[in-house]
Amino acid sequence: MKYIDGFRNPGAADALRDDIASLAEKLPQSGQPGMTDLLGEPASTTGVPACPSEHRDTKVRTTNIMEVCGSHTMAIARYGIRDLLPANVNLISGPGCPVCVTDTGYIDAAIELARRGLLIVTFGDMLNVPGSETSLAAARSEGLDIETSYSPTHALELAREHPDREIVFLAIGFETTVAPTMALLEEARREGIQNLTMLIAFKLVPPALQALMTDPDLHIDAFLCPAHVSAIIGADAYAPFTGEDGVPCVIAGFEPLDILLGLKGVLEQLVNGKACVENQYGRVVRQQGNQKAQDIMARFLKPADVAWRGIGVIPKSGLVLREKYAEFDAEKRHAITIPIGEIDPACRCGDVIKGIAGPFDCPMFGTVCTPSDPVGPCMVSSEGSCAAYYKYSR
Amino acid sequence: MPVHKEDRILLAHGGGGRLSRDLIDAEIVSRFGDGPLKGLPDGATLPISSDHMVFTTDSFVVQPIEFPGGNIGDLAVHGTVNDIAVCGGVPRWLSLGLILEEGLPLDLLRRVLDSLKAAADACDVTVATGDTKVVAAGQCDGLFINTAGVGEKLETFQLSPANLQPGDRILVSGPVGDHGFAVLAARESIHIQNGPQSDSAPVHRLVQAALPQAADVRFMRDPTRGGLASVLNEMVEDAPIGISLKEEHIPVSPGAHAVSELLGLDPLHVASEGRLLMVCSATSAPDILTAWQALPEGQQAIEIGEVTSEAGRVVLQTLMGGRRLVDVPRGELLPRIC
Repeated sequence: MKYIDGFRNPGAADALRDDIASLAEKLPQSGQPGMTDLLGEPASTTGVPACPSEHRDTKVRTTNIMEVCGSHTMAIARYGIRDLLPANVNLISGPGCPVCVTDTGYIDAAIELARRGLLIVTFGDMLNVPGSETSLAAARSEGLDIETSYSPTHALELAREHPDREIVFLAIGFETTVAPTMALLEEARREGIQNLTMLIAFKLVPPALQALMTDPDLHIDAFLCPAHVSAIIGADAYAPFTGEDGVPCVIAGFEPLDILLGLKGVLEQLVNGKACVENQYGRVVRQQGNQKAQDIMARFLKPADVAWRGIGVIPKSGLVLREKYAEFDAEKRHAITIPIGEIDPACRCGDVIKGIAGPFDCPMFGTVCTPSDPVGPCMVSSEGSCAAYYKYSR
Repeated sequence: MPVHKEDRILLAHGGGGRLSRDLIDAEIVSRFGDGPLKGLPDGATLPISSDHMVFTTDSFVVQPIEFPGGNIGDLAVHGTVNDIAVCGGVPRWLSLGLILEEGLPLDLLRRVLDSLKAAADACDVTVATGDTKVVAAGQCDGLFINTAGVGEKLETFQLSPANLQPGDRILVSGPVGDHGFAVLAARESIHIQNGPQSDSAPVHRLVQAALPQAADVRFMRDPTRGGLASVLNEMVEDAPIGISLKEEHIPVSPGAHAVSELLGLDPLHVASEGRLLMVCSATSAPDILTAWQALPEGQQAIEIGEVTSEAGRVVLQTLMGGRRLVDVPRGELLPRIC
């Protein structure tokens, strides 16, 4: 814990805050108009993620920095980091929580498998993600066998313990979770385990960034790039988003000082008119990433077009099992197809994630869609923009 | 005295016949049979010396039944004793309802009852009445306990969240979240050296230590399920006041801190089972803290924040100098931890 506490030093945070403030004064007056939150205070003073549209304060121009990763979003909220930033620096929470962007169709498929009597093993935070009709938590309350676990290895243990049961692991996550989950398949094959399959919904970060970059509605001045994902894919993976037509991409760790340092790096680039990849998390992230993990990923899986809740299908943004591992593929073994979920046409999460609409612009906000009964990813995540606005508007 | 050669609970132990009687004699009467339980009457007749009594009940279904720092037995005493204590009562009497699952190892039942007895003695409460049922395998998870409690009201305490005024201080008697993290680590088989130990303990002596300042004590709670965050949010709900906390002052033990980092859980959301949260006037806070710190269970007592005029909001001043809302945990964080 000593190691972690070193990255939470209040004195160092003060110094970084001062650096960020003086850099922000030198920012070019560009980007989206600034925002105020629903209380009329500048958004950055309340911890509520700012959103444009109706809450604009035309006097302040802001620089929009998207933190792509859900763990950054959580850490920013937990340490009140928005509160430390000048009014013209705005953080937008990107689609970087793999649970929140899980499509309704995937949840429907998992529940269908449970209804057939299979034992479903899932990460706990998937329980409340809504499918088209119900959630895994509600399905479990009907008596279906749905177990939560902190680690995929639990699925393998269950498969060993219950050779008479078919176990399905809900394999979701970004690049970080892929290699350990696939290593499990290797182990299962070695042991000759026949009763374990995976319902796969792995997602990839760079294709999502690509989709956001090319979205004409979106005005992002820089990306704060994920810590752990970058450890796998490497700093070089962000090169395509930088350069002449690109934006600064700064990789930062998840500790508060890491994030402040990352934001300082972003502002330095913006002030100096640069747009390059900067690795502020050098203690973990290498230029080429983790080759071993990348090899495992390539051996077991291949890219596929997959659906992101609230955004829709993004080309080559997911991974599916290769043919030679079909025995572990829940879709093939149990003859089920993960449907592409219908996007509720009223849900504006896609626009909220992109920062082009605010929660109040959504007709379902606070009525049909609430934290205990969420529709879109911004409400599913406790730190999503809509959930945060809901918290304040009560 | 062996109750059955198999040394496991059988359905017949709940059948009301010879085996039932043997179980009650060997395990219940032997431990609790000296007081009002003597002769096993249908109900207990109890002397009460105060004008008002405090009456509460709680059920305990924790898994695992035994965890680092305690088991369901002492938890069932502390939970009910603490509910009485934070209402300004002196705990006196407990009822003991046991629901046993067929197949429960008798050794485990004995360990639980030994802990329960030791905890009751330490809290100076008496098990006055009880009931034991056996259900078929699969109908409960090993062992469930219900305890109801009766206490004598300390009339000098006038406690209500409506008493809270801006400037009042928030005190906590020790590190928060240890119980929840200990149970979670045990349940998930997370093995950490010097990992969290349950803080399961009584708080009634802490309450009594604040008696000289009773007029300045506004409200008390024990932050169990939902943790500090839930208790504090309940206090300010629909109220014209809010609460401001200082993260640097909130005590979290190293073991709990490690598990919280590992699992990404906020210690403010996690249960304690032996901590007292008190709101008191600013002038009385130093004296109460001094009195608490003189007790073994209050050595790490500290002021963690104050009441504000920011209506309905619990705000945390973070270590980094930022501010954030402290929300109530949503859904199941730690199912069945008490």
